[in-house]
Amino acid sequence: MEFSLSEEQVMLQDSIRRYLESSCSLNEVRQAVADGITQQTDVWQGISDLGILGIIIPEELGGVGLGFLEAALVAEVLGRAVAPVPFIGSAIMAPVALLAAGDDRQKETWLPKIADGTTVFGVGVTEQIGRRETDGIFYSGGTITGKAMFVVDGVDADMLIIADDASTLHIVDANASGVTRQKLKTIDKTRSVAEIVFESVEADPLPGSKGNQEALQQTINVGRIMLSADSLGASEVMIEQAVAYAKERKQFDRVIGSFQAVKHMCSEMAAELEPCRSLVWYAAHSVNDMPDDTQLMACHAKAHLSEIGRFVAKTATEVHGGMGFTDLLGLHYWFKRIGLDRQLLGSPELVREEAALAQGW
Amino acid sequence: MDIAYNPEYEAFRVEVQRFLEENKSKAPAGHRGRGRPTAEEQAWQQLLIKHGYAARTIPKEYGGYGAEPDILKSHIIAEEFAIAGVKPGHNGDDRLVPVVLEIGTEEQKKALIGPTIRGEMMWCQGYSEPGSGSDLASLSTKGVLEGDQWVINGQKIWTSGAQHADMCFCLVRTEPDAPKHQGISYLIFPMDTPGIEVRPLVTMTGEAIFNETFFTDVRIPADGIIGKRGEGWFVANATLKHERGSLGDPNQTERRFRLLVDLMKNEKVDGTPLIEIPSYRDRLLRLQARVFSMKYNGMRILTAYAKDEEPGLPRWIVKLQGCELNHQLSALAIDAMGELGVLYEDSPYLRDEGMWQQTYMLDLGLIIGGGTAQIQKNMIGERALGLPKEPKYTQN
Repeated sequence: MEFSLSEEQVMLQDSIRRYLESSCSLNEVRQAVADGITQQTDVWQGISDLGILGIIIPEELGGVGLGFLEAALVAEVLGRAVAPVPFIGSAIMAPVALLAAGDDRQKETWLPKIADGTTVFGVGVTEQIGRRETDGIFYSGGTITGKAMFVVDGVDADMLIIADDASTLHIVDANASGVTRQKLKTIDKTRSVAEIVFESVEADPLPGSKGNQEALQQTINVGRIMLSADSLGASEVMIEQAVAYAKERKQFDRVIGSFQAVKHMCSEMAAELEPCRSLVWYAAHSVNDMPDDTQLMACHAKAHLSEIGRFVAKTATEVHGGMGFTDLLGLHYWFKRIGLDRQLLGSPELVREEAALAQGW
Repeated sequence: MDIAYNPEYEAFRVEVQRFLEENKSKAPAGHRGRGRPTAEEQAWQQLLIKHGYAARTIPKEYGGYGAEPDILKSHIIAEEFAIAGVKPGHNGDDRLVPVVLEIGTEEQKKALIGPTIRGEMMWCQGYSEPGSGSDLASLSTKGVLEGDQWVINGQKIWTSGAQHADMCFCLVRTEPDAPKHQGISYLIFPMDTPGIEVRPLVTMTGEAIFNETFFTDVRIPADGIIGKRGEGWFVANATLKHERGSLGDPNQTERRFRLLVDLMKNEKVDGTPLIEIPSYRDRLLRLQARVFSMKYNGMRILTAYAKDEEPGLPRWIVKLQGCELNHQLSALAIDAMGELGVLYEDSPYLRDEGMWQQTYMLDLGLIIGGGTAQIQKNMIGERALGLPKEPKYTQN
């Protein structure tokens, strides 16, 4: 029994974190947001060079063939950096869908292109989780019709994975005729979600997803685990910033971190977040090694990190006093990152209901 | 990352399971009582020591089993006993025995450890005082060396088990002129020494779990001291650290969670099982995420210890998070039971022998005791996050 990261895993995460700290600082993030970019060219090239885009793609298909725990460690540091690059949809959920249900042609066509960064995938599964403002997606005669909302990484996407109303997953060209895309403005300007309307658009169904829920569920499960890891990383940074500020900021001739009221806010954030790390590790590790646990753990990781993430985002902002509320400090980038993670792929109450079902409750 | 145990440990697990299968009929029923152990309990403890399931790492020469410390094996033993629902053994007194082993003289080890782990010698802890709770080092119970005797005067509080105890380990101010942390000695003495008076302290649960203990010219031999004069604070800290580690134990939390799920599946309101009522179920699921998180956090701590590393933050938070979580589990059980949730003692319609109200109140005691939640937050803030201490108030 060894519940810890291996040396290789620690090194992997450290190297990516160091890269992001030097190349994706708050200045770069601000500039990307000002330019309306969610696929910042240099960072995209950088993470592509580090092999991150093919992290879960097998080596024979151009990836590096690592596990989902490694993928979660990457998601965590991308969350730390509030990195404006597509990752969870394109580099994780789309490959999961293709690997789970694609045939050899589909896998051989697309996975190497995802891994080397030449193709970005968006993933639209929201209609199968909680449908709003749309009647869903329908497949007939080789084409899909309908509206997909909140397509993850959908604005930057060249290609799409779209779930229809029968849980079948389809590969669709994002630029095909009959596709209308609209960027949805959210609080979080570092990632793209899109509304995409399909009018009789040619679709290439993943054969393994026909007539079953499994590939779709696996795609959602892994997406949820990655969102929870993203929130973990973003929350860590907010705590670190709050603690640093509390050690520096003086009022009444004392640093505010020496006041118990402020100190206890910091301690509560740390005490709430630290066990979350173990939950995320376990959930991510389960995808490879304990698949029977994955659905329940993915729900719990998603819902719990959403709750703790919200608590940390609010509390860390309060520790900064009025400055926390300003754009000047930039704390809100992490606040909003956590806010989007919470709502995507099912908000906590809804996901907990799925956790109940998964246990037969 | 490997959740499974390697073959050596799996073989050990099978060994424990086989022992339990063969011997569980000899195990005393019920939880370990707060009073003196029965003959049956003592015999069970002896059997467990013989097989290495109690006092496992305590050297043979002092009456233990004498195994090399292996935290994973200890963990497997605890797990298997819990799964089998069999009463586990104990290590005598987890606060005292490690201290005697580490700091005591050879004579003290020989005289104290064997009887303690066999359950023949019961101990109570004399630390807190009415005026010294969170600020324990301000304690004022006085010890003066007169010839070959210490003379002790003062009062202790929260001395659980004092009415059953044979012995007391007690923090006493022996160097009144030294700085407060350096003026304390760790004294040990029999509870039947003249001048000791034990008064039960009834708590909100209705039971007298604790006592107030008064010392009036209590005379004990000069060698009734562990460690050197004035070093008692540092001797005691080893034991306090141990106590904090066990409060909030995730295994215990997991057991209580399972009982809560059973309750919510079996109890009905208007014919509907409680677990099918969305608002109760949502609370249950919120808590389940925390139960899992603390369980895996515990595995992380265990892994660190197995590698001889200091776990750091994961360990600092266990008492604070674990005790609060236990409290919340009982709170949900009470709420979900509605009016039935307030029944107590030997009332008709009582569920689970009244354990939910009892633990709900007891847990509040544990949130406070062993270092209050607020003191825990100070420690996390200062030691783990590096925030500065509160400046000392000085006049002028």
